[in-house]
Amino acid sequence: MNTITHIIGSWSVGVAITLIVVAMILAFIRLVVGPSLPDRIVALDLITYLAVAFMGVFAVLSGHSAFLDVAIVVALLGFLATVAFARYVERSHARTSISEDRDD
Amino acid sequence: MHSLILSTATRFLTGLMLVFSVFLLLRGHNEPGGGFVGSLVASTAFALYAIALGAQAVRRALRVDPRTLVMVGLALAIIGGLLPLIEGAPLFTGVWTDIPLPRGGYLHVGSPLIFDVGVYLVVVGAVLTVILTMEEEVL
Repeated sequence: MNTITHIIGSWSVGVAITLIVVAMILAFIRLVVGPSLPDRIVALDLITYLAVAFMGVFAVLSGHSAFLDVAIVVALLGFLATVAFARYVERSHARTSISEDRDD
Repeated sequence: MHSLILSTATRFLTGLMLVFSVFLLLRGHNEPGGGFVGSLVASTAFALYAIALGAQAVRRALRVDPRTLVMVGLALAIIGGLLPLIEGAPLFTGVWTDIPLPRGGYLHVGSPLIFDVGVYLVVVGAVLTVILTMEEEVL
């Protein structure tokens, strides 16, 4: 029984890492292709949280709980980065619409 | 930016991040963490607060000017560095003492903790000075 759970445990970590890496490649393609700025911001946000997920899996793999604290910090900071980007988009959008109004 | 979702979430998140930053500060000597990382998390919390509720709200929440925090932090760091001289040890040596607690057990504290708190206040004050200045400049 113990060996079975051990095999499933190591196997599931491999599957999780594979899925996270595939998702990260897809998000990176969206980051490069993404037609508009908001698309790229969402892709960056997704990459941040995939990194958080990877740290969680890596904490399981290595057995060090310190990686979980790193994951918490990155999760909190990634949220702030997305909010700051969103505000930048909003502000630049408002600025261009004002200048367009002036042109009219 | 006036978003009800953001400002409501920020009220919860800021407190959570400040608690986590103190956690990082206090365990820094023995495990990953420390004054610098903890203060970066704290200033991130205040930056989020500034984005959601405005720079004035951050100044009201802080109660003191960020530059005062820098000065107090530097003074604490210097005190933490000078403490070992009392025992005749070289400058910035870690000296430790055990404070007995009322219900038994000891609180193991030393000059590195004072120095770390000083670093924490310096970095929070410096980063917040920059963030609040930029935030008020934009308006």
